[in-house]
Amino acid sequence: MLREADVIECEGEPVQLLDAWEAAEAAWVVDAVSSGATPGTVHRLDATQAELPRELFRSSTHAFGLAESIELARALDRLPARLVVFGIEGASFGAGEGLSTAVEEAAGRVEAAVREEVEKCTRRP
Amino acid sequence: MSRKRTKTIRTDFLARVEGEGAMLVKVRDGAVADVQLKIYEPPRFFEAFLRGRGFTEAPDITARICGICPVAYQMSAVQALEQVCGVEVGGQLRALRRLLYCGEWIESHALHVFMLHLPDFLGYDSAIEMARDQPELVQRALDLKKIGNEVMTVVGGREVHPINVKVGGFYRAPRAAELAPLVEKLARAREIALETVRLTAGLDFPDYSCDYELVSLSEPGEYPIDHGRIVSNRGLDIAVAEYDDHFVEEHVPWSNALHSTLRERGSYLVGPLARFALGFDRLSAGAQDAAKEAGLDPAERNPFRSIVVRAVEMVYAVEESLRLIAEYEEPDQPAIDVEPRAGVGYGATEAPRGVLYHRYEIDDEGTILNAKIVPPTSQNQKAIEDDLRRVVERFIDLPEPELSLRCEQTIRNYDPCISCATHFLTLEVERS
Repeated sequence: MLREADVIECEGEPVQLLDAWEAAEAAWVVDAVSSGATPGTVHRLDATQAELPRELFRSSTHAFGLAESIELARALDRLPARLVVFGIEGASFGAGEGLSTAVEEAAGRVEAAVREEVEKCTRRP
Repeated sequence: MSRKRTKTIRTDFLARVEGEGAMLVKVRDGAVADVQLKIYEPPRFFEAFLRGRGFTEAPDITARICGICPVAYQMSAVQALEQVCGVEVGGQLRALRRLLYCGEWIESHALHVFMLHLPDFLGYDSAIEMARDQPELVQRALDLKKIGNEVMTVVGGREVHPINVKVGGFYRAPRAAELAPLVEKLARAREIALETVRLTAGLDFPDYSCDYELVSLSEPGEYPIDHGRIVSNRGLDIAVAEYDDHFVEEHVPWSNALHSTLRERGSYLVGPLARFALGFDRLSAGAQDAAKEAGLDPAERNPFRSIVVRAVEMVYAVEESLRLIAEYEEPDQPAIDVEPRAGVGYGATEAPRGVLYHRYEIDDEGTILNAKIVPPTSQNQKAIEDDLRRVVERFIDLPEPELSLRCEQTIRNYDPCISCATHFLTLEVERS
């Protein structure tokens, strides 16, 4: 059981994001992306080491997408010591309900990967 | 044989506007030959998507047109649907709606003033570059945006795409005790907003102005936000239901968004400059004082100074929020019952960017038969293009990179929400 980790569902609005990881030592962000890769492709990026490719995370109706919000946090020294982003390539972004099979399967893989990384982090002495 | 000189200024991706856009300006022999503002986002199909849906779904569906101004869509939608059903929401329910809307004005204006527009004036390529250099400035913006978000969360249930709004009122009215903690935060927001007026008033503004036809809502005794007739500085004064008799929309070949004009009059402007010009005397005392100190008066027609007007409107939205909270009494019911009836309803409210018009036709069972949504950015698009033309003519002798930047800055004067304007732009200047 993960005792030291919170799971937060977030709309992606920049203030919300910066507040969500404010006091965290590490954060993992999972988001949908649309880069043209095969639906269900999982992109794992270490945002602490390098800027996220903006074209991967550009779609946003908040003016500031995830990539911009992370750079803003970096400029304001408000990034956690460790920030990992998992981007799941979407299949369809039209109106409707439910996930496509490929995305649902990818979400399962990402969940397992995040869980493993968080467990490793929270078991540190 | 004379040789034509054509200069091209091209911006393939217009930064710091919400959504994506591009601009093309053609200059031939030193005169502007063509100006086009292009919208790249796929057309939005919300008007078609609403057909066949129940009228009670409209607030939740239309909120998703925009992540910056969802409340505006909800408020115009419920106004139109309540009108066709013969219901008027007043009293504390209306006050709550106005409070929710103030929250949106605060967060939207804070985002635009600091993160999208201020970098232009201070010589930064982006808010991120500005944040590296002046973190305290950007932190102020985030603090202000956060307070606006919190007002929206308390009243609307969620800061993005509020879930508490329904036709007839709300699913749940907040307790007074839930609003109380906002007071201290809004007091802090007021300080930041006043500082922002002073900051923006001291910026360098290009010497440019235009005699626009300015259009906004007008309601006696209050600054226009959620209700009113549609008026202009050239004598227009109509009920919202008469909108389609006076305003026309047309597709232009180079853009996914529609161009809106006043019938037989041409382009017009909605938004903060229009509201300020037409409703100045109904701003709160604090906002009026801040405006006067900043050297603004209702005759202001320099669109570059709209950043100062937005800062003044932030002061107003904060003061209005404090007033509404101070006068709040919990309503007996969170909503009025609304029974559908066949007909057409009309709604117009003031999104942060300007007048947002909705029209719905529903049947006896409340099924939406058709919908028309005219966002403020659509309405401003022709005025923006006209401004681009005049700005290029005015500053034609500037070196190309500076002229390009001036054009981008001109577009950002309007805080265009391109996500909203396509349900509906790259600066290319060809010089020859």
